[in-house]
Amino acid sequence: MRYSGLKVITEGLFGNKGWKPAWRDPAPKAEYDAVIIGGGGHGLSTAYYLAKNHGITNVAVLEKGYLGGGNVGRNTTIVRANYFLPGNSEFYSHSLKLWEGLEADLNYNVMHSQRGLINLFHSDGQRDAFARRGNAMINQGDDAILLDREGVREHLPYLDFEQTRFPIYGGLLHPRGGSARHDAVAWGYARGADRRGVDLIQNCEVTGIDIENGVVKGVQTTRGAIRAKKVGIVVAGRSSQVAAMAGMRLPIESHVLQAFVTEGLKPVIDHVVSFGMGHFYISQSDKGGLVFGGDLDFYASYAARGNLPMVEHVMEAGMTLMPMIGRAKVLRSWGGIMDMSPDGSPVIDKTHVEGLFLDCGWNYGGFKAVPASGWCMAHLMATGESHEVARKFRLDRFATGHLLDEEGTGSQHNLH
Amino acid sequence: MRLTCPLCGERDRREFYYYGAEDYLRRPGEGAPLADWDDYLHLRDNPAGVTKDLWYHEAGCAQWLLVTRNTVTHEISGVELVAGRKE
Ligand SMILES: Cc1cc2nc3c(=O)[nH]c(=O)nc-3n(C[C@H](O)[C@H](O)[C@H](O)COP(=O)(O)OP(=O)(O)OC[C@H]3O[C@@H](n4cnc5c(N)ncnc54)[C@H](O)[C@@H]3O)c2cc1C
Ligand SMILES: [Zn+2]
Repeated sequence: MRYSGLKVITEGLFGNKGWKPAWRDPAPKAEYDAVIIGGGGHGLSTAYYLAKNHGITNVAVLEKGYLGGGNVGRNTTIVRANYFLPGNSEFYSHSLKLWEGLEADLNYNVMHSQRGLINLFHSDGQRDAFARRGNAMINQGDDAILLDREGVREHLPYLDFEQTRFPIYGGLLHPRGGSARHDAVAWGYARGADRRGVDLIQNCEVTGIDIENGVVKGVQTTRGAIRAKKVGIVVAGRSSQVAAMAGMRLPIESHVLQAFVTEGLKPVIDHVVSFGMGHFYISQSDKGGLVFGGDLDFYASYAARGNLPMVEHVMEAGMTLMPMIGRAKVLRSWGGIMDMSPDGSPVIDKTHVEGLFLDCGWNYGGFKAVPASGWCMAHLMATGESHEVARKFRLDRFATGHLLDEEGTGSQHNLH
Repeated sequence: MRLTCPLCGERDRREFYYYGAEDYLRRPGEGAPLADWDDYLHLRDNPAGVTKDLWYHEAGCAQWLLVTRNTVTHEISGVELVAGRKE
């Protein structure tokens, strides 16, 4: 069923009786050409582009819970292409271009909103670093504007500019940055993949990976064994557990990241804003809630809930930056499990097992990567070659020293 | 979360700095092959369950601690001084 304005009107006139489920609920088949483990954003987009770009439609996505129940439905939805390092820069640039055509491509409203992202800076040194980053973005063909303090004031008059501790010197504006509705991204890709013949199989946990003589043969699941010629591991925070089923030890440590949302308010924050002195970022959802977050809790964790010191830190940072939000009531907070890599950059690569591929290490920036990650993972699984914009996301880069440490903070999993 | 430092007693999480898994205690010797360094610096078991990791009592006694805890429940079952450990 194609969605359209006309469809909404006719359904409205006739009691909304004609709507159909957005995807099927098939039983797993005995064998597929390709199986994707993990029905988050990256797994669903991989399946979608396998079908759409490569004509590989005999594909199953195996999800242990429900589609979109992982991080893809728990994140703070910032979409941006403001990376600095070659390797990251072209990848996120490609992703942002895919975002810009996503709704038309999927025939689904993902509420992608390019409201502009402003990263604030608070010292001369930070200004230099942001100027340099902005130039890298422009060289990549993306957009960046360096704002001075008055320039920031025009956009964000409500900030506390006068405070003495962290005075605001200016900001780097990325006009094409913004946000999107996270659930809708998962649903849109799920529906698009299903419509091209992909089986989306929920409540199906992969418990083993079958390998014979170094070649992948399929997977064991809670819904029986499934044979497959190719298998992709796309499970975000659970990457270490699933890769261990294939005898691998990954450069990943799982950490919890928290997020917060307030009661719905009238429109007040028009952009996505990040604070440069302490990790804090905020935007306002279309429902009116202020959505914000900060740093990791900083210690390895698989609990999808956080600890209070980070709650305190995030609230303090928010109050320092924009005291006007102090009266808003926080409605909910939650946590998601991040697959932190030692350099803060991801992996899209083959493994030592023929036919087994790995997509992981998204840290807390994997939402914006959903389109390009699926695009490149599908390319790798279909052709056996890395896509040109993902060619540096090698699994062996840690051993060979070709790190992609965007923040320059060093080889420690919780520092990115 | 609170950790019970063997020297200082029960203290708030804010007093401690988390470094990473106990793998950091197994620093390769001089001339070790590169694969050992990759293991030491990057590769992790990353268990969902009981793990041992290194914490530094930064705002306390400035000792390195080896903490045994559960990554799923956040339960802490042991804290010992790295310096006092028997190999
Ligand atoms: C609080 C928070 C804020 C964030 N903010 C941003 C942001 O602003 N911008 C941004 O770009 N990114 C952000 N991120 C990061 C982003 O959400 C993740 O990097 C990204 O969603 C991870 O990829 P995914 O969508 O495929 O993961 P998930 O949605 O977690 O998908 C993985 C799936 O694999 C399934 N799975 C695991 N093990 C198995 C198994 N054995 N068998 C079958 N299925 C299995 C899981 O159930 C899960 O559904 C944030 C994350 C969090 C938690
Ligand atoms: Zn102490």
